[in-house]
Amino acid sequence: MAQVDTASIDAEYLLAFDRGAPEASMVAKQRRRFSIPWFRWLVLLLAALFFIIPLVAGVIFSLQNDAGQFSLDSIRAINQQIGFSDAFRLSLQLALITVVISMALVVPTAVYVHLKVPKLLAAVEFTTLLPIVFPPIVLILGVLHVTPPFLKDHAWFLALFYVVLAMPFAYRAVESGLQAMDLQVLVEASRSLGGRWGSTLLRVILPNLTTSLISSVVLVTALVFSEYTMSSLAGWITLPVWTEQFAQANGHIVTAVAMLTLLGVWVVLSLIVLVDLSRARLQQRKRSSTS
Amino acid sequence: MTPDATATDVAPTGQAAMPATDTPSVPTGAGVELRSLSRQFGATLALDRFSLTIAPGELVALLGPSGCGKTTALRVLAGFERPDQGQVLVGGRDVTRLPAQKRDMGMVFQSYSLFPNMDARANVGFGLRMRRWSGAKRKARADELLELVGLAEHRTKYPHQLSGGQQQRVALARALAIEPQVLLLDEPLSALDAKVRAELREQIRAIQQRLLITTVFVTHDQEEALSMADRVCVMRAGRIEQVDVPAALYARPTTAFVAQFVGVSSRIEASFDAGQPVILGQRCTARPGSASRETSARLDALLRPEDLTVTPDHDGEATVVHSSFLGGTTRLDVLLGATVLKIDVRSDVAARLSPSTRVRVGLHNDEVLLVEHLEPEGR
Ligand SMILES: Nc1ncnc2c1ncn2[C@@H]1O[C@H](COP(=O)(O)OP(=O)(O)OP(=O)(O)O)[C@@H](O)[C@H]1O
Ligand SMILES: [Mg+2]
Repeated sequence: MAQVDTASIDAEYLLAFDRGAPEASMVAKQRRRFSIPWFRWLVLLLAALFFIIPLVAGVIFSLQNDAGQFSLDSIRAINQQIGFSDAFRLSLQLALITVVISMALVVPTAVYVHLKVPKLLAAVEFTTLLPIVFPPIVLILGVLHVTPPFLKDHAWFLALFYVVLAMPFAYRAVESGLQAMDLQVLVEASRSLGGRWGSTLLRVILPNLTTSLISSVVLVTALVFSEYTMSSLAGWITLPVWTEQFAQANGHIVTAVAMLTLLGVWVVLSLIVLVDLSRARLQQRKRSSTS
Repeated sequence: MTPDATATDVAPTGQAAMPATDTPSVPTGAGVELRSLSRQFGATLALDRFSLTIAPGELVALLGPSGCGKTTALRVLAGFERPDQGQVLVGGRDVTRLPAQKRDMGMVFQSYSLFPNMDARANVGFGLRMRRWSGAKRKARADELLELVGLAEHRTKYPHQLSGGQQQRVALARALAIEPQVLLLDEPLSALDAKVRAELREQIRAIQQRLLITTVFVTHDQEEALSMADRVCVMRAGRIEQVDVPAALYARPTTAFVAQFVGVSSRIEASFDAGQPVILGQRCTARPGSASRETSARLDALLRPEDLTVTPDHDGEATVVHSSFLGGTTRLDVLLGATVLKIDVRSDVAARLSPSTRVRVGLHNDEVLLVEHLEPEGR
C-alpha cells in the first residue's frame, strides 16, 4: 500500500509540472526546505529499524551455509533446486496474464467512467475496493466453491482470481493518473481533430498515463508473486507455495530466494522513481530557462 | 451545397444582408446554421430555442455572462453535445447526428489542451496524422502553420516548455492544420495576462481574415467581442438577446440587458410631454426596441457616457463626485438627484471639473433607448 501512495503522488507531482501549475512546484520547494525537528528524526529512525532489521537478518542468513559461515552457496544453489524453475515460470506466466487482463479491464473502464458517467466514480471506486473489504480466506473459499471443475484443471484460472484481488491496486493507480490529467479536454481535442476512440486511447491517453500504468503493473506483479493461500488451496505450486514447501528442506536457500525477489522488486521500483524524478527535474530546468 | 464546396460562385447561405469582409480572397470556411437548438441539463435550460446563421468566412462572437450557454452552443456545434431539439447545418448539410470526429471543426479550448506527450510540431500534425498524411507532408504542413502563428523556432518544444500564450498559439495552429470548415474558439485567451491577450486577439483576427475561415468565438469579455468580431451575438439564459455588428450593438442596443452588458450605461427617468419622452429637459424620440408606456407606467432612458454632456454651472443641479483619468478622455461620476451618471469628457475639459464642482447635464443625441424603470440604488 505504501507503494501505491508514493507512486500516485509522484504521478500527480509530475503531471502538475506537465500542466504548468506553478503552485505545485512552489509547494514542492517549500516542502523540501522544511527542516525536520529531532523527534521526527527519532520516529523515522525507529520505523527504519523496524523495517531494516528483519531485512538485514534475512540477507545475513541467506549468505550463510549450514555451518554458519559466509558463503554464496545458497544463492548459487537456487537454480538447481527441484521445482524452483517450474514454480518461477508459473508465477511469471500468471503475472503476465493477470497484468494483461487487469489493464484491459481497468484502463477502458476508468476512462469511460471519467468521461461519460463521472457521477459513478465513487461507486466504481468502492466496488473495486471490495476485494480488500472481505477477508481473503472467505473470498478464496467462496471462489473455490463456485468455480466449475473444468476451470480448476488449468493453473491459469488463478489469474482470473488474481485480477479480482489486484483490482483495488490496479484501479487506484490508473485512476490517480487520470485524475491528474485533463482527460476530457485532451479527448475532445483529439476527437475534434478527427481522432477515433482507438487512436485517442492509443496516442493521447496511454502515453500520458505511463507512470500510473507502470506503478499499476508493478503492484499487480508484486501481488501475484506473493499470493500464497489461493494457489496452495487450489493445489498449484507457484513461487510462494514452492518457497513454503521448500522452507522445511533448506532455510538458507529459501531465504535467499525471498531476498532476491525483494531485491528485484526494489530495484524496479527505484528505477521508476528515479526516472520520474529526473524527468521532473529536467522539465523544471527547462521551464526556468524558458521563462 | 456539398460540405466541401468552396463558396466561389455560391451565395452565402441565405444571408444576403451579411456584412462581407472586404478582403479579396475567397472564404475557406462553410456557412453554419443553428436552428432552434435546445439543450437542458437537469433544471437548467442551457440553450433555449437558439437560432443563429453564420456566413462563410464570418467571425461571430458569442458574448454573455457566465452560465448563459455560450460553451454549450459551441459544444453542440462541435458535436460534443447532442441538442435535445433543433438542427446544426454546416455548408447546408445537416450534421446534428454526426460525431465530433467527423465534423471537420478545429477547436481551441479555454484550458491548455495540447497533448503533453508530443512536441509542438507533432501536436499541430496530429489532425493530419488522423487523416493518414505521410510523415514528411505532415511535418511540412505543421512547420508552415507554426510559422503562421509565429512559433517557427519553437517547433520541437514540448507543451510544458511553452508559455501560456505560446501554447494557445500552437493550439490554434493545430486547429487550423486540418483546414476545418469552422473554427471554434472557447475563451482561448481567458487564462492569459492582459498584454498577451491583446496581442493574441489581434493575431487571431488577422489570421482569420487572411484565411477567411468561418469562426465562432466565445467570450465573456465585451471588449474582446467588439474588437474582433464581424458580428456579436449577445446571449442571456440560453437565448439570443441581440445579434449585430459591433458598432450597431453598442450604439443601438435593443434591450436593456444588452445596453447594460455591452459598454457602460446610465439611467435617467423619462418624463412625457404629449406622448414624447423628455430627458434632461430635452425632447427625444424613442429608439426601436424601446419599451412602450402601455407595458410600464414609468420608463428610463439608457445613456452611454459619450451621449451626455456636462457644463460647469453654479446653479446646476448636478455635482461631480468622482473622476477617473483614462488617457484622452476622463470618466466623470456625476450625481443627479439620486442617480450617478457616468459621463466621458475630453481630459483637458475635465481638468476644470474637479469633484464637488456643480454642473449642468445635457444630451448629445436625442434618440434614446427607453427601458422599464428601475429605482436607483442608494449610494
Ligand atoms: N454537463 C453539464 N451538466 C450539467 N449542467 C451543465 C452542463 N454543462 C453546462 N451546464 C449548465 O448549463 C448552463 C450553461 O453552461 P455553459 O457552460 O454553456 O455556460 P457559459 O456561457 O459557457 O458560461 P461560462 O462563461 O462560465 O463558461 C450553466 O448553468 C451550466 O451550469
Ligand atoms: Mg464557457
